[in-house]
Amino acid sequence: MMEGLDDGPDFLSEEDRGLKAINVDLQSDAALQVDISDALSERDKVKFTVHTKSSLPNFKQNEFSVVRQHEEFIWLHDSFVENEDYAGYIIPPAPPRPDFDASREKLQKLGEGEGSMTKEEFTKMKQELEAEYLAIFKKTVAMHEVFLCRVAAHPILRRDLNFHVFLEYNQDLSVRGKNKKEKLEDFFKNMVKSADGVIVSGVKDVDDFFEHERTFLLEYHNRVKDASAKSDRMTRSHKSAADDYNRIGSSLYALGTQDSTDICKFFLKVSELFDKTRKIEARVSADEDLKLSDLLKYYLRESQAAKDLLYRRSRSLVDYENANKALDKARAKNKDVLQAETSQQLCCQKFEKISESAKQELIDFKTRRVAAFRKNLVELAELELKHAKRGWAQWLMPLIPALEVRSSRPQANMGNLQLLQNCLAVLNGDT
Amino acid sequence: MAAEREPPPLGDGKPTDFEDLEDGEDLFTSTVSTLESSPSSPEPASLPAEDISANSNGPKPTEVVLDDDREDLFAEATEEVSLDSPEREPILSSEPSPAVTPVTPTTLIAPRIESKSMSAPVIFDRSREEIEEEANGDIFDIEIGVSDPEKVGDGMNAYMAYRVTTKTSLSMFSKSEFSVKRRFSDFLGLHSKLASKYLHVGYIVPPAAEKSIVGMTKVKVGKEDSSSTEFVEKRRAALERYLQRTVKHPTLLQDPDLRQFLESSELPRAVNTQALSGAGILRMVNKAADAVNKMTIKMNESDAWFEEKQQQFENLDQQLRKLHVSVEALVCHRKELSANTAAFAKSAAMLGNSEDHTALSRALSQLAEVEEKIDQLHQEQAFADFYMFSELLSDYIRLIAAVKGVFDHRMKCWQKWEDAQITLLKKREAEAKMMVANKPDKIQQAKNEIREWEAKVQQGERDFEQISKTIRKEVGRFEKERVKDFKTVIIKYLESLVQTQQQLIKYWEAFLPEAKAIA
Repeated sequence: MMEGLDDGPDFLSEEDRGLKAINVDLQSDAALQVDISDALSERDKVKFTVHTKSSLPNFKQNEFSVVRQHEEFIWLHDSFVENEDYAGYIIPPAPPRPDFDASREKLQKLGEGEGSMTKEEFTKMKQELEAEYLAIFKKTVAMHEVFLCRVAAHPILRRDLNFHVFLEYNQDLSVRGKNKKEKLEDFFKNMVKSADGVIVSGVKDVDDFFEHERTFLLEYHNRVKDASAKSDRMTRSHKSAADDYNRIGSSLYALGTQDSTDICKFFLKVSELFDKTRKIEARVSADEDLKLSDLLKYYLRESQAAKDLLYRRSRSLVDYENANKALDKARAKNKDVLQAETSQQLCCQKFEKISESAKQELIDFKTRRVAAFRKNLVELAELELKHAKRGWAQWLMPLIPALEVRSSRPQANMGNLQLLQNCLAVLNGDT
Repeated sequence: MAAEREPPPLGDGKPTDFEDLEDGEDLFTSTVSTLESSPSSPEPASLPAEDISANSNGPKPTEVVLDDDREDLFAEATEEVSLDSPEREPILSSEPSPAVTPVTPTTLIAPRIESKSMSAPVIFDRSREEIEEEANGDIFDIEIGVSDPEKVGDGMNAYMAYRVTTKTSLSMFSKSEFSVKRRFSDFLGLHSKLASKYLHVGYIVPPAAEKSIVGMTKVKVGKEDSSSTEFVEKRRAALERYLQRTVKHPTLLQDPDLRQFLESSELPRAVNTQALSGAGILRMVNKAADAVNKMTIKMNESDAWFEEKQQQFENLDQQLRKLHVSVEALVCHRKELSANTAAFAKSAAMLGNSEDHTALSRALSQLAEVEEKIDQLHQEQAFADFYMFSELLSDYIRLIAAVKGVFDHRMKCWQKWEDAQITLLKKREAEAKMMVANKPDKIQQAKNEIREWEAKVQQGERDFEQISKTIRKEVGRFEKERVKDFKTVIIKYLESLVQTQQQLIKYWEAFLPEAKAIA
């Protein structure tokens, strides 16, 4: 099917690398730079070529590449999560699984329905679907890349041994996806964790900062989830409206070719217009998807990771308090005091370590979030403007003759006149 | 993009014909000053947009050489100017109307301009006849508006009364401006009367709006929700279009029933339009019989024109139906988009509220506002989609059904003629037999019958000729109307799209600085 990150149809040409910069403040220093230079889509898996440039002494070479699959990314992520040492950090959320099912289904349906539509329609729809496939492909590559970049940018995580192995070891890591038993285990673990989370969250925190963060994150996470879902739906409706333009264009074309009166040329022109508009509307919806929906989805996952951090901290706080109580009990009974003392010490250390790093992490999270939103919102607005102007100029061109004469009628609203004047200004100036 | 296309030769390339039109400017002195300031707008007399569209042979973005077209147009404009009455404002007042009133000056035809400027192959030479017709009569100036739907009565006997306003300068009406109240069954009654008088002679009578039991019941029951207001609005617009089409037809306009419908304050209730009445059932039976007949009649088409036309209309019907389906899908999706955008706007506002970084929070609220406005835009656009485009298509699909009906009538006429001929033949044979058998009284009877049938045959032939001629004329007229209608409406639709884009630009431009201000 599709190979490589070649420049596909102009569908997503400029904006395709945009996702990389979701987290803006990546210290892309020379010490460690990671990116995904290539990707291959096979039957049911995607192979990513992870390319590293580094001046760190840990690596054998300065520049190297390995091929990795999605499961290996997940393995890396899980290894971070399970590592106690990283309990105090926000673990960058794992990239979502590459999902081409919907796209493949559509392509299949198109193939089946080939007989029932005209040649032009078929080619048009095929192109459309291929562009969609390409878009999903690019997105999944970007998501995986973001994950790696985040890890590389994190001062502690970048030193992780597993990470280095991931980057360097050029054989298969023989990480298999979780089998059913393990998935079931995971499921139960999650349930326990969320139950625990509820219990633990009942404990009020002494520290104002964390208390505030907790309430904030909880609410924020829910609202981001909601916004992300709605944004998704909006983008999808936009896309289906754009698809309708396609069909209308084809019908108008058919009308134009078959009509006998002089309206046929008119129809043909209008059909062209609809085609062009469809392309624009499709790009609008794609850009919205990229800048808005994806942003929200990413921060949904990140806020979940932040929540997880808070949970771990609360957990360790509870452990610390329990250890204190145990120590008091031990002292009272004068039994296993030393043991209780050491465990209390450990808990205390752990808790304080987590608290310290958590504070910094959460502050960083906020900074990152604000910057990412700013960047994406600005870009969204700019892209929408660009497309609206383009669409507007394009629609307006054929209307000028009609509008011109109309605008001289006494009751024609000044809007039309204004429209004309603006149009000319735009045409004479930029687009 | 714009760079590739030449902007139309507006400022510089104006033909000097415009100077000649200075005299025609009297009506527009107020706007002349503003017009002069903008190099783009020429100063011709006001002409309905339809003519332009009929003229310029479709918008051509790449080869915008309007000079020739314009010369044509404005050469005639000098004649036309005097006829323009300032009241040529579409007064389609209607309360629960969508943001865009779909039909503006389509009632106004200036057939002279059209017939002269039709650079398309003049398929029908009747255009010359029409010029003469119109030139003799009054200026064709009549505007009809349907407005103010009011619910009269209660319960299941309730009905909606619409105000039908006519503005005209035609001499056959007693006043120049009048209005009456009519209900839906009155419209149907009018249609059935006109149909019974004219359809079988070959005139294309515009079909009335459709009955809808479900919709009406909701209204009757008093459900004051948006779907019933939408339904009423849809119906009002449909009735308006129906009347406008009917009065555009020169022959139908002369009909006394139509005049009575427009003028008289009291109209006998048309009972036989009810679905379940005796007349209604009779209609259904007739329709079924017709359908069967159509299948059995085998007509020798001597005139290739008719065959060609029928085929064309068949194709057109199919294409229009397909297009209609796509446009309806677009309307549906656009409505969905609007709903989803509104939901997202709310969600974004909530998100903005919970965000504790003030600048970002403000930006998110702004985003929510922008999206809400865009949602409004989408809704309006959906209305435009629907009322302009989709309804136009469904109107034409029904019109084409009427056209097909007219063709069928011609077939029936032919059948009658054929039958008469066959009977005549039989009578002649009978007479011959009588002659041989030598029965004087029977012979006389036979001779009488023969005379009778000869007359019938002649009549049949005449009828057939007449209906063929009428159909040709009608089809020509219909085609012209169709072209005009489509162009006008599509151009209006494009305009609505342009305006939507403009608004979008405004909104996003307002949002951009807010987004940039996030520190």
